[in-house]
Amino acid sequence: MTFIAKPKVAHPSLPKNALGFTRRDYEGALSTLCAGCGHDSITAAIVEASWGLALEPQNVVKLSGIGCSSKTTAYFVSGGHGFNSVHGRMPSIAMGANAANRSLHYIGVSGDGDTLSIGLGQFCHAIRRNLNMLYIIENNGVYGLTKGQFSASADVGSRAKKGETNFQPPIDPVLLAMTLGASFVARSFSGDKQQLVPLIQAGLRHQGFALIDVLSPCVTFNDHEGSTKSYAYTREHYEPAVHADFVPLEREITADYKEGETLPLIMHDGSRIVLRKLDAAYDPTNRTLAAAQIQERMKAGEYLTGLLFVDLEPAQSAFHVVNQTPDAPLNSIPFEVLSPGSKGLEKALARYR
Amino acid sequence: MEPTDTSRPDYYHRVVDCQWACPAHTDVPEYIRLIAQGRFTDAYMVNRESNVFPGILGRVCDRPCEPACRRGRVEQKPVAICRLKRVAADHRDEVSGRMPTTPKVKNGKRIACIGAGCASLTVANDLMPLGYEVTVFEQYGEPGGLMRSNIPSFRLPQTVLDEEIGMITQMGVDLRLSHPIRSLRELLSNGGFDAVFVGSGAPKGKELKLPGREAGAANVHIGITWLESVAFGHIGKIGERVLIIGVGNTAMDCCRSSLRLGAKSVKVMARKPRGFFKASEWELQDAEEESVEIVINHSPKSFVVTNGKLTGMLFDKMAYDIDAEGRITGERSLGEVLFPADDVILAIGQENAFPWIERDLGIEFDKWDVPRVDQQTFQSTRPEVFFGGDAAFGPKNIIWAVEHGHQAAISIHRHCQGEPVGERLAAGVNLQSRKMGMHEWSYSNDYTPVERRLMPHVSLKERFKKLNIEVELGFTAEQTADEVQRCLNCDVQTVFSAKLCIECDACIDICPVDCLTITHNGDEADLRARLKAPAKNLTQPLYVSAPLPQTQRVMVKDEDLCVHCGLCAERCPTAAWDMQKSYVHWPHAADEARVLQAKEPKIA
Repeated sequence: MTFIAKPKVAHPSLPKNALGFTRRDYEGALSTLCAGCGHDSITAAIVEASWGLALEPQNVVKLSGIGCSSKTTAYFVSGGHGFNSVHGRMPSIAMGANAANRSLHYIGVSGDGDTLSIGLGQFCHAIRRNLNMLYIIENNGVYGLTKGQFSASADVGSRAKKGETNFQPPIDPVLLAMTLGASFVARSFSGDKQQLVPLIQAGLRHQGFALIDVLSPCVTFNDHEGSTKSYAYTREHYEPAVHADFVPLEREITADYKEGETLPLIMHDGSRIVLRKLDAAYDPTNRTLAAAQIQERMKAGEYLTGLLFVDLEPAQSAFHVVNQTPDAPLNSIPFEVLSPGSKGLEKALARYR
Repeated sequence: MEPTDTSRPDYYHRVVDCQWACPAHTDVPEYIRLIAQGRFTDAYMVNRESNVFPGILGRVCDRPCEPACRRGRVEQKPVAICRLKRVAADHRDEVSGRMPTTPKVKNGKRIACIGAGCASLTVANDLMPLGYEVTVFEQYGEPGGLMRSNIPSFRLPQTVLDEEIGMITQMGVDLRLSHPIRSLRELLSNGGFDAVFVGSGAPKGKELKLPGREAGAANVHIGITWLESVAFGHIGKIGERVLIIGVGNTAMDCCRSSLRLGAKSVKVMARKPRGFFKASEWELQDAEEESVEIVINHSPKSFVVTNGKLTGMLFDKMAYDIDAEGRITGERSLGEVLFPADDVILAIGQENAFPWIERDLGIEFDKWDVPRVDQQTFQSTRPEVFFGGDAAFGPKNIIWAVEHGHQAAISIHRHCQGEPVGERLAAGVNLQSRKMGMHEWSYSNDYTPVERRLMPHVSLKERFKKLNIEVELGFTAEQTADEVQRCLNCDVQTVFSAKLCIECDACIDICPVDCLTITHNGDEADLRARLKAPAKNLTQPLYVSAPLPQTQRVMVKDEDLCVHCGLCAERCPTAAWDMQKSYVHWPHAADEARVLQAKEPKIA
């Protein structure tokens, strides 16, 4: 929690994006989270990613539920739209908004409690429906806002700040998403922006549901010895398996990639994700093998990170395909078209009589 | 890069750009904070400790601090440091009770100071409290040197000058006015002094030897001599049309004085374009505000004398070739131009002159006939003779002379105590945390976007009525309240302990000016390019931490644009960052005395 306003001055040599904005233009209100919270780093990564993609702030929709994580939507892209929903119900709001306007960029930010406990049902169905959104879980293994009880993502054997040990097995959002058919599943760490920023960019550009589970240490209630989600523990146990570089359409690939080591994937808009396998045995394009490997490594106490599974084929199950949502936002469609009127209603009802 | 050694006093000193640029190392942020708290007397005393003449310097200092000010890099305009100094001096209470006391029992050493200017007065100020008997010889009837004779009273009122000089002379200095030294040999052999300090300034104005100079002599004046005559009331008027040759600060004083002595049209004739002017920007502005015309690209050719009287001056109109770096690569004359004039004042520089120092006293002079003086100790080649101020290394500003005085006083003290003058106390730095509570810091760290305040002036109608109407009115209470908040508190340092860092990135994310980066180490050029905002200002150092515990990466801070808001420390969960006030300790003679005393306890 900080009481000093962040000075409005900026470094004069800050680079500008295609819209003429600097990183500072994608910031939001000053965070009131604890000093050192991983969530703030994720916020910074979202700021960096949005700036890098030159998103128009007015086309960004920020959605969240309840929890420390869910406060963070106030801390980035202050020019965007925002909705802070009921606990665990963010996916419903995202779906409604998405149905009304498919041309916006939807960023949902949730926590392990909001997603894996109270909101688990909503989360699963959002994946099933393949909503076109980026869903970020700020995963710290505890209920920070209520002073550090274990959450559904706490690992077996992990100890709470007061000393209790957790015996219940965790729900892993990555594995869950893969079994539910998600087409973009990633895991990252708040302390590794080099990995996280391109993942957010690719996730934002991905057509369909993109999940990034970000290990985000709770500096107040889960950064002690015995915790499996502390900064130190995460750094020791996280294994980057696949690094994903995001290359927007307008930029040429300039990095020096050796053939065989990299796998460029073309996205629907022509942008590319260049996958670089850091773990030669891992295959991020094979759902079954990837899931098996993630589980295996998890047993050994390692978090595989990076873009763990990706399938860029346009899915028949995509929300907009299934529901035939209009291209134009509903607010731009004339009222007469949107509302068939009483005569139209009669006609429609007649079909079911 | 190797981890930065912040235990070197220079490191944190340098971060305080103003204090680093100030020859006398004035603790600027400290006194600005005191002004902000309304503690004008305390602010004055902080100033006086290092620069001795806050009231005088608050008006006429050359302000090396201001171009250095960090605020000038963050926005365009630096903090009005000099103006704030004047605020402290103008609004302070009586300070006589806080002056250093002079012991009644003297230490038996006698010091002579030649010239009662700022350098000599500083020597007296530093040595009187230590028990020395200091005699100051002054050729004129009043003390002050060039501060009195060359700075017009509309810029520096006599009352201010008298008061601050009085603070020193009242310590019991034996001030011998109207007592020029004609022979140093005489003084050295018959004066009975243990050391002599030469602070006689650079009193010789440069001559311009052009045709007509002799014939027009009655109306051609040497700038500093002319100003002196004005200051002492020997000259009370000047012709209607005046030409000033040269465009330094003396020229500015000459042109503005002329306007007050009856001149109607005053032109300052510059040989080169504006970028090459020696005068401070603000002095140029003040002159132009008074309708002084500054004529560029005119090189003096001859004085025009008709019937034995000066009627004008002939100039070559010049054209210059200037390269991309702003240097002159070629010049040519475009033809002659005549400027009619009743008087011409030459303000093209000054130099020191020592006709009264015999050349066989063991004081070596170099090929330019300037004495050889040690840059650090100010000692000449004759051990008991010291030089300082303009007399040492040619014309500089008051603030330089003050520092020379401080350093010479240390040397004189060490010399008189039989200690080697070169082995002086080193500078030091103390750090003290400004953390008061969870979110409380004992300094005002809110960034205030207010712009630099402008000095209010006496109206153009009023100011010419008398020679000694001070033009600058001083900041109002509101202006002061705004201006103090512009200071970025650079002395409240960001101090980092690598071993506490958990690499959570909180500081990096919050830094408003992107000056922090955690990255893999590399050489300096490589690191500078890899920072979150590339560190392009090579004059500002990088701070590089020891390897961080979890990943062995390093914390790098580009000192260039840090606004010292303290958000890094505020956001740090482990207090690896802390905001600590740095006290740069720059030793004076009194400190030397304390240390020497502690080393050799007196045997009763």
